[in-house]
Amino acid sequence: MVNVIGILILIPVAGAIVLYVGHPKNPRVVAFIFNALSAFYALMIWQKFDATTPGLQLVERHAWIPSIGAEYFVGIDGLSLLLVLLTSLVFPFAFSAQRLERGACALMLVMQAALYGTFIAQNFVLWFLFYEMSLVPAFLLIKIYGGENRDYAAVKFFLYTFLGSVAMLLAFLGIYLTRGSFDFETLARFGKSGLIAGNLRWWVFAGIFLGLAVKVPLFPFHTWLPDAYQTAPTGVSMVLTGALSKMGVYGFIRLLVPLFPNEIKIAAPWLLTLVVCSIVFAPLAAWAQRDLKRMVAYLSINHLGYCLLGLFVIAAGSTSSLIDKQAAFSGVFLQIFNHGLTAAALFYFVGLLEQRRGLRGIDDFGGMMERAPLLCGWMSVAMFSSLGLPGLNGFIGEFLIFKGSFAVAASFTAVAVIGLLFTAVTFMRAMQSLFSGPLSENCATFPDLLLNEKLVVVPVTLLMFAIGLNPQFMFNIFNVTVVQMTRLFS
Amino acid sequence: MIAWTIYLTLGGAVVLFFLPRAFVRWIALATTVSGFAIGLATFCRPDVDFAHFTTIVRVPWIPALGMNYQLALDGISLTLILVTGLAAICAVLFSWDVNERAKEFFFWLLMVVGGSYGVFLSADLFLLFLFYELVIVPKYFLIAIFGSTNKEYGAMKLTLYSFFGGALVFLGIIAIYVSGGSFDLSQLSQFQFSSQLQGWVFPILFLGFAVLAGIWPLHTWAPTGHVAAPTAGSMLLAGIVMKLGAYAALRVAMNLLPQGFQMWRNSFAVFAVIGIVYAAAVALRQQDLKFVIGYSSVSHMGFVLLGLATANVFGVSGAVLQMFSHGVIGALLFAVAGTMIYRRTHTRDLDALAAMNLRRALPFAAFTFVVASAASMGIPGFSGFAAEITILIGAWKTYPLAVWIVGAGMVLVAAFTLRALKRSFFDVDLTATSASAPEMEPITIPEKIGASLLMVATLAVGLYPRILLDRIQPAVEAMRFLK
Repeated sequence: MVNVIGILILIPVAGAIVLYVGHPKNPRVVAFIFNALSAFYALMIWQKFDATTPGLQLVERHAWIPSIGAEYFVGIDGLSLLLVLLTSLVFPFAFSAQRLERGACALMLVMQAALYGTFIAQNFVLWFLFYEMSLVPAFLLIKIYGGENRDYAAVKFFLYTFLGSVAMLLAFLGIYLTRGSFDFETLARFGKSGLIAGNLRWWVFAGIFLGLAVKVPLFPFHTWLPDAYQTAPTGVSMVLTGALSKMGVYGFIRLLVPLFPNEIKIAAPWLLTLVVCSIVFAPLAAWAQRDLKRMVAYLSINHLGYCLLGLFVIAAGSTSSLIDKQAAFSGVFLQIFNHGLTAAALFYFVGLLEQRRGLRGIDDFGGMMERAPLLCGWMSVAMFSSLGLPGLNGFIGEFLIFKGSFAVAASFTAVAVIGLLFTAVTFMRAMQSLFSGPLSENCATFPDLLLNEKLVVVPVTLLMFAIGLNPQFMFNIFNVTVVQMTRLFS
Repeated sequence: MIAWTIYLTLGGAVVLFFLPRAFVRWIALATTVSGFAIGLATFCRPDVDFAHFTTIVRVPWIPALGMNYQLALDGISLTLILVTGLAAICAVLFSWDVNERAKEFFFWLLMVVGGSYGVFLSADLFLLFLFYELVIVPKYFLIAIFGSTNKEYGAMKLTLYSFFGGALVFLGIIAIYVSGGSFDLSQLSQFQFSSQLQGWVFPILFLGFAVLAGIWPLHTWAPTGHVAAPTAGSMLLAGIVMKLGAYAALRVAMNLLPQGFQMWRNSFAVFAVIGIVYAAAVALRQQDLKFVIGYSSVSHMGFVLLGLATANVFGVSGAVLQMFSHGVIGALLFAVAGTMIYRRTHTRDLDALAAMNLRRALPFAAFTFVVASAASMGIPGFSGFAAEITILIGAWKTYPLAVWIVGAGMVLVAAFTLRALKRSFFDVDLTATSASAPEMEPITIPEKIGASLLMVATLAVGLYPRILLDRIQPAVEAMRFLK
């Protein structure tokens, strides 16, 4: 039964339908059941997946719209599997953050289906379908269920992403007209010798880059993100940062770099400059925020910057050895997973604070260490993981990325390290004003972590430690894919 | 066997949480004592090779990246293991009265100690960095939760400085790994790094580590951090944590990048000398007893850095000996100021203390403080003298001028130490007020045991420094920058 990975997409859709038709009393339970099913299915796929063979596995291919070369073509390799697992992890985590209405639950499940689809589709038309399919529920979730300022944020989010998508679609039409295929693998084979000739290639390159850069987001296309993350309900913010932002990074790895290896080499200094700006400016902006959710949102930009730093460096570096590139690539993959986990956890904790206090300004709290030591303790673990403390998951990925990028672009790396420092400062300040100091009056009746919250927090934290102390089991998922992709790029 | 210092300490920290509160301090004591006992047992074993950084454990950890869980030992590490064990035992003894949130307190305390053991034993650069950063977090909580004066500010400042140093070190480690291709310290110490790379990586690494050793002008976290910390926290900071920086600077920066070291050592010697004199001068003007001691720590650590910068056997061996010596003396001074005095008088202001006739009220404290001050001033017979004279002999060969300046600095050290001693214990006219000694809780048994342990240690090493130097010197001679 596991042979049909398309079922992965259908399970959440079925859940959404059940929610829509069935009017269940407790919609969250239904959502959890379907989450459990898809997580179980994802684990089965992991079991089935042979991590030692390169290339796509569990492939399904059916003609769809033959006249334009659109196919139903799905399959997974290490990267897809990693993101499928991440998605399966982030969604139940997000559902556990807060009670959501029936409609919101259904929309979340639709979004989950779209994410699965994006990560396993191997044909552009199919991929783009899912890519856009995730946009609508995200828009509605912000627009309907968001907090203050939701209309503005939702429209801004939609416009930014949609414009990016249109640019990408046009670019792909250009590719199709030249090469006559939408198939990722086929197109990647042309990449080496130049996908498109002449000046057109730069337009196409820019189109795809723009679409993905908005999605990630990369400085200076990031301004929709703080607004959207801030106003979205906690669970939605967790999904946005934990899974949705990975679509952009995934697109960079799957599309832009294989299709335009030569163009990236030429544009690399500019791209790296943007990335380093992301890495350095985002934590500075985070430092200036008084709203905790906004602060975490800005730090999210910084962490995704590390992924792109590693990726562009691999694509750009011609001198560095294969081993170095593989290490950096593993770092990028690991960072993708780590950021999903850690950023979601941070939003989760901010959500807990908001539930208890009703507000989430950094000055609304103080001295919580006295009232809620467990909450503070586990939250600090998430913060330390985010600022890259050795022993926790964030460090390994960042270390590998920095190591790889250092060999190729030492100066960019040296500047990017400053970003680490700013992140640390931001977190330390947040910790200080939340946890220590005199007990703020409003926090006097704070309950500490409740049992159901502990059940969520403890496994997630254990996973952070597990990855930080023994990342080998993560490497095993994508090792072969990394080796294969690195060979492709150099 | 020595590896068990790490496992026992970290294991003890975890076990604490599952036991009733009444046992907590006993478990902490048992853990620290067994850590020290293991160190001592290794110290006494005749068959251990102290001259070379001998691997004792090696387990593949993340093979894809060449990271191993690898521990090694030589005379330098062992010396620091010993001072760690000693300071840890006394820190527990001087925290015997901690009742509020005792589990957490001892948990963080043992984490600091366990992480430090890890740094001193790591033979893998990555592992070393992991342990090094691991110490920062518990230190922050120890100060921010349990500290006193201005604790949040102090904890934050200390942590930010540590992270700043950590970021520099991170960059340096990446540079080393990228060109050296390994994390294994003994392999790397055979590797010839290009002199251009050494020229810029060395200052980054050395400075990054030296932040934690309190190098001037990046020392300002030290006094505030020491003052804010609870007694045990100050003892660990002065006794252990500052040594982490100096040790790592020696083991990593100097040993791996000898050419860079030769290029930069003059500048760092200048920093060290300024640090010694400047910190002593500042200490002379402090009103808060803990600030006096905090600045004296910076001054003493200046000696360590000066010793390292001399780049000869005497200077460097002296620096290692000074790390031991200052660990013991610093811990002792903070124990007196933090627990014996402050817990009973609730003030550390020298003027207020002067009016209290503490000599009569707390005779044992007075005695301990006299011994500690004498050791700190470098009176012959105490470890401070043995260490500083070795450093100065080393410095005489390379920096004769520095010796003169430092000599003047030592006078300042004596001056502020005597001032603190006099104001805190001996300022009251003996005949006039001898009757009016204030009622105070007498010095407790754990305090007496802890203080005696430290006093014995400083005396033993002061009277017979060869006991340590015989094990330090061969290890120093084996280091690359001397060849």
